Amino acid sequence: MTKQVRQLDRVVIRFAGDSGDGMQLTGDRFTSETAQLGNDISTLPNFPAEIRAPAGTLPGVSSFQVHFADYDILTPGDAPNVLVAMNPAALKANLGDLPRGADIIVNTDEFTRRNLAKVGYTASPLEDGSLEAYSVHPVALTTMTIRALSEQEVSKKDAERAKNMFALGLLSWMYSRSYESTLAFLERKFAARPELVLANITAFKAGWNFGETTEDFSVRYEVKPAKMKPGTYRNITGNAALALGIVAAGVRSKLPVFLGAYPITPASDILHELSKHKRFGITTMQAEDEIAAVGAALGAAYGGALGITTTSGPGVALKGETISLAVALELPLVIVDVQRAGPSTGMPTKTEQADLNMALFGRHGEAPVAVIAPRSPSDCFFAALEAARIALTHRTPVILLSDNYVANGSEPWLLPEVADLPDLSVQFAAEPNGPQGQFLPYLRDPETLARPWAIPGTPGLEHRIGGLEKADKTGDISYDPQNHDFMVRTRAARIDAISVPDVEVEDPDGDARVLVLGWGSTYGPIGAACRGLRQRGLTLAQAHLRHLNPLPANLGEVLSRYDRVVIPEMNLGQLAHVIRARYLVDAVPYNKVRGLPFTAAELEQMLEDVVKNA
Amino acid sequence: MPEQPISLKLTAKDFKSDQEVRWCPGCGDYAILAAVQNFMPELNIPRERIVFVSGIGCSSRFPYYMNTYGIHSIHGRAPAIATGLSVSRPDLSVWVVTGDGDALSIGGNHLIHALRRNVNLKILLFNNRIYGLTKGQYSPTSELGKITKSTPVGSADSPFNPLSLALGAEATFVARTMDSDRRHLQSVLRAAAEHDGSAFVEIYQNCNIFNDGAFDQLKEPATRDDYLIRLEHGQPITFGKDGQFCVVHPPGAFGLEVRETAGVSPEEIVVHDATVTDPAYAFALSRLAEADLRHTPMGVFRSVRRPSYDSIINEQLSTARAKANGAPEEQLAGLLTAGDTWTIM
Ligand SMILES: Cc1ncc(C[n+]2csc(CCOP(=O)(O)OP(=O)(O)O)c2C)c(N)n1
Ligand code: SF4
Ligand SMILES: [Mg+2]
Repeated sequence: MTKQVRQLDRVVIRFAGDSGDGMQLTGDRFTSETAQLGNDISTLPNFPAEIRAPAGTLPGVSSFQVHFADYDILTPGDAPNVLVAMNPAALKANLGDLPRGADIIVNTDEFTRRNLAKVGYTASPLEDGSLEAYSVHPVALTTMTIRALSEQEVSKKDAERAKNMFALGLLSWMYSRSYESTLAFLERKFAARPELVLANITAFKAGWNFGETTEDFSVRYEVKPAKMKPGTYRNITGNAALALGIVAAGVRSKLPVFLGAYPITPASDILHELSKHKRFGITTMQAEDEIAAVGAALGAAYGGALGITTTSGPGVALKGETISLAVALELPLVIVDVQRAGPSTGMPTKTEQADLNMALFGRHGEAPVAVIAPRSPSDCFFAALEAARIALTHRTPVILLSDNYVANGSEPWLLPEVADLPDLSVQFAAEPNGPQGQFLPYLRDPETLARPWAIPGTPGLEHRIGGLEKADKTGDISYDPQNHDFMVRTRAARIDAISVPDVEVEDPDGDARVLVLGWGSTYGPIGAACRGLRQRGLTLAQAHLRHLNPLPANLGEVLSRYDRVVIPEMNLGQLAHVIRARYLVDAVPYNKVRGLPFTAAELEQMLEDVVKNA
Repeated sequence: MPEQPISLKLTAKDFKSDQEVRWCPGCGDYAILAAVQNFMPELNIPRERIVFVSGIGCSSRFPYYMNTYGIHSIHGRAPAIATGLSVSRPDLSVWVVTGDGDALSIGGNHLIHALRRNVNLKILLFNNRIYGLTKGQYSPTSELGKITKSTPVGSADSPFNPLSLALGAEATFVARTMDSDRRHLQSVLRAAAEHDGSAFVEIYQNCNIFNDGAFDQLKEPATRDDYLIRLEHGQPITFGKDGQFCVVHPPGAFGLEVRETAGVSPEEIVVHDATVTDPAYAFALSRLAEADLRHTPMGVFRSVRRPSYDSIINEQLSTARAKANGAPEEQLAGLLTAGDTWTIM
């Protein structure tokens, strides 16, 4: 049977199943096959909060969404065009996100009375007409997988487990993916158990062949490669990029790296990744708590290492007192906060941008620190380098605000040349700097206002530092009122002295009256919304902040150019508050705190209203 | 043959900083500072390779007075900060100075984990059984029923025994000494400095303002001989003016007990051995003291070998480094391009 081949410019597929169904792996493989074809990609996993919720229940549903296109895309897609539902729970949990007409591929084997009852279906949605608005493809995935493997020497359980590869084979066929990388991957993954290599490859091919032969799938799709900048790419998640950025910062600064961390979702993967890279002189310490983690990192920084601590919001709260100490000691320190939904334990696997206030203001005393935020998964690499640059050059703590959305999302990353990465080399103090040949630990560089980094082991520079207020220059304990006022202002001036690039405004029409301002992970959805509006003939400008403290010097001037400034945030208006207070601009906040990223569509609608009424 | 280190010819004076010492006159901290400054030249380590890290409290002002490197950090966190420093700089001699509140109340967690890891730190706990700096509240080592500003009718919580706690936390070196006995203090510092890994030293320290005389029974000529037990490695444990008391391990009993020496045969007297692997022995010693300080052992309770955290971590680093090929930049380029990549022309 010859199949019709249809061209598409973009597709969004969501693989959903029970946490034991291997949906993350399936999505990952599909992404990798897609990357090889040169499409632009953006992905987003959605994990259940529980490690092993009861099988077949709604809390146990795990999903992975992949968006790929023949042009550059900015988000993992608002709504899936295709849902692969491995069981009734996966169908029920995801149906609400599907637009009418979406394709649904269901594993009918799991639609038993018992499984339906587990999620509150009284009748099978496959039979009661409730899915009429969609294009449903019932496939007996489990049965067909077991049948395909009947001749093989694998247990029934292992055969059944391979059903995700059957599904992957089918989807790979449907979207004309290249499967060599998956076959190679399976060989690697199951190298120790050849029978599983064979079983999974067979299941994959059975799925592929099923697509080719069954009449239910009459169309096959193709998505042409996107026009992307020449170079070598790899697909990368934000957490992986951030870890590599830290490795790169170590290499480019020629310093040993010390990471202190206490496990916490969604930051733990950075600890896991960095613990593999000891050959770069990276020490990772799983501390007894977050306070010890940042303390050890600060102790290492005192000794001349690049000290880093990675955590999420609850951990940053615990680290506050030590960050203040680092402000007083004026030592380099990088604090990574992969934000999640709070307060308290909140929704640990869901995203939010609600730690901005804590990063900017969440310490006792006047304790300013630099704050930066990456805008996309691959940008986490460069943000880590930038955080290290500021910390090392300015001898200050830097808080890097990532979040669950960029941390776990992935996109293709045009790999940089190592030689093009910033040179972060530092100069330790080597000799006394005082007029009488003494060492003055708080004598500052006139430009950066940074003090010397005098590490133990340097003869003649023995000195004591601490949390007590210090006299200017000597660093001796001082309770002098004038001195304290001076030191407080100096610590503020130190942060203001950090050089940050001007914020760039994207205003292709050049006559926009509305500016949409964002920071961090909302870059993708805001950008996609702006694009949508411009395609429909509306004009608006977009600016996105990477540096949140200090803010870019041109920001005030930029804001003043527009009649209306809109600030979408996944919090209740924390940046908007800063902008209003600082620039007296009547910015309009747009806030959603659902634990989910913005969709481009909702932002487009909101911005359309603002633009039309401006 | 290993090279003989050249004597640095340092003196106590070299370890005095230019800062004015600001403890209350008569505070036991002065005596400890003098003992440490006196002992330091013995280490024959250049001053720039010595770091004192402290928390917060009267005792934690210590680093300011030492002409070495030093950090006066935050309350309770010195062991954590010192851990990061020690692990990343194995060339340094890192000392932690802490108080009973600092180490056992707010910083209890860091203390036990530093000990369990066996980080190469020399931890000096100045135990005055009171909060000095905050002006006299009871501490986790104050006796039950202690009347202080915050407990006008007596504290309701039982104290920690710092040595028992340290032993329970898998400490490899545990010792006790006293501010007023410089010779003993220095001998304990010597043993601690020689120890590879965490050395935990409890120093009884008099706070003459808020808890004066807390350790007088161990100092007064009338009582000290009968109250204080000096532990000497390899020696039978006897005490009292004429050695009339001794420590025995009665068959069937869990712990150690004090007896009159005349009433037991010499072979029943416990011979002190700090290297006993089973911490139960040192623990039993740590339980000998009564609430009124009667039978308080002083000296090195335990000194056993276990690889330090620092050495394990640094070995992992050097093993990984030995396997690596090429300049760091090349390795980084290799790491960036690891995994599935694709090229667009
Ligand atoms: C986070 C924090 N909480 C409380 C304090 C107040 N504080 C300072 S020292 C101290 C207790 C000190 O007692 P101890 O450790 O026994 O030291 P000492 O003064 O007796 O030498 C307290 C509660 C503080 N500095 N920081
Ligand atoms: S309050 Fe007590 S411990 Fe503190 S300095 Fe005075 S005497 Fe010493
Ligand atoms: Mg005390």
